[in-house]
Formats: sequence, structure tokens, C-alpha cells
Amino acid sequence: MAEPKTRPLSPHLEIYKPTITMMMSIVHRATGMALYAGTILLAIWLLTAALNPQAFAMVQMFWGSILGRVILLGYTWALVHHALGGLRHFVWDLGAGFGPERMMMARLTLVGSILITLALWALGYSVR
Amino acid sequence: MTSSTSAMKTPLKRVRGLGSAKSGTEHFWRQRLTALANIPLTIGFLCVVYTTIGKDAADAHAVLARPFDAFIIALFVISGAIHMNIGMQVIIEDYVHSEGRKLALLILNTLFSFGIAAACVFAVLKLTLGA
Repeated sequence: MAEPKTRPLSPHLEIYKPTITMMMSIVHRATGMALYAGTILLAIWLLTAALNPQAFAMVQMFWGSILGRVILLGYTWALVHHALGGLRHFVWDLGAGFGPERMMMARLTLVGSILITLALWALGYSVR
Repeated sequence: MTSSTSAMKTPLKRVRGLGSAKSGTEHFWRQRLTALANIPLTIGFLCVVYTTIGKDAADAHAVLARPFDAFIIALFVISGAIHMNIGMQVIIEDYVHSEGRKLALLILNTLFSFGIAAACVFAVLKLTLGA
């Protein structure tokens, strides 16, 4: 489709003042992309477990290291944030949450994602 | 497709094959369906991960080899793969406007999503069925 490249474009991110609802929307997409890439790590974990005990022991050791834990902490947060963002989308899909309460929903997504991540890690350290 | 032939066509004929043809909401619906499924499946997956924490590789291997744990991981991976495939397609369609690059990325997206899912499902099947 040869279309002229000079058509006017609708305004995009850079002309708007950032708002919490906008940021949470962007972060929802960003965390989705991070989770997408992170599935490689899940595949490596499972494949080494299935195929190569030595490699699996190394992978397990890596996840226990400081760097491994930082990555897992970030991945946990991305997962929780994306899940809470998904719940927000369910509220919208049901036709609710378009009023001023959307600010509260956005804040809850951010605060909730941090608190739930910390709770999950506290649980992780307690069952160790 | 010239103007002389399109004048003969009914509006229905002109849009057939170009529009939703009753499948326009398929991605929307599947995205919500897998999102819903991902909530309990993620909790289940985390439960499996928790049972491997602090275990050495051999014990962690034994956890992943339990049939129910393997089943949960397989469902989690399949539902997740469908969800992330649709999600990444939306992102590509939003930001990549060159037809060629868009097509290439859409193909890579599907190969990646289902390649990862196949690898993970293969791994848990091998873990739980052995051999």
C-alpha cells in the first residue's frame, strides 16, 4: 500500500503531561513486553531441568545468586503489576471505572504491585 | 479493481474478506479469556516455584517431575503463550508501520510464542514422563 507519508499524525505521548493513569497504561505494556522476553528464562529453567542435570544445577545456582535474585524480583514485580493492570482492564471491560475512581485504580495498581511483590518475597524467604 | 467494476458491486461484496467476518472480536475475547485463566495459573505456578525454593537441583527436579506440578506449568505456559502472542501482535501493529517489517515481526512473534510454549511443554512432559 503506497500511501503518502505526509499525512498528519495524531498527537502522541510526548505532547501530553504525564498522568498516573497514563503512566500505568505505559507500564502495563512495558511489563507485558518484559514478561514476554522473560519466558526465555522459564524455558531455559525447564529445559535444563528436563535434559541436563549439570546445567540445571548451574541455572539453580544462578537464580540463587544476587544478580539472579534481582532479576527474579524485577520479574515478580512485572508479573504482579501486569496482573493488577489486567484486573483494571476487567473492570473497564465490565463498563465501570471510567470516572474519577480511575485515579485510585491506577494508584492501587502501583502500590499494590509493590506490596504484593514484597509479600511474595517475604513468603519466599519464610518457606526457604 | 477499477471503478467501473466496483460500481457493479454491492456494498456487502466490497467488504467481504476485508472485515471482521464475525471473527473481529476473536483476539479481544481470547486475550480476556487467557488473562482470566492466567490469574489462577500464575498462582499455581508460583506455588510450584515456592516448593523448589531452597532445594538442591535434584530435589527441585523431583518437584517439577510431579504430574500435577507439570500439568499446572504446561497450562500456565500455553495460556501465557496465547496471551503474549496476541499482546505482542498489538504492540507490533501499533508501532511498526512498514508492511514488510511488520509482517516479518508478526511471523517472528508467533514463532517465538509457540516455540517457547512447545519447548516448555516438551520439558515438563519429559520431566514427568521420564525417559
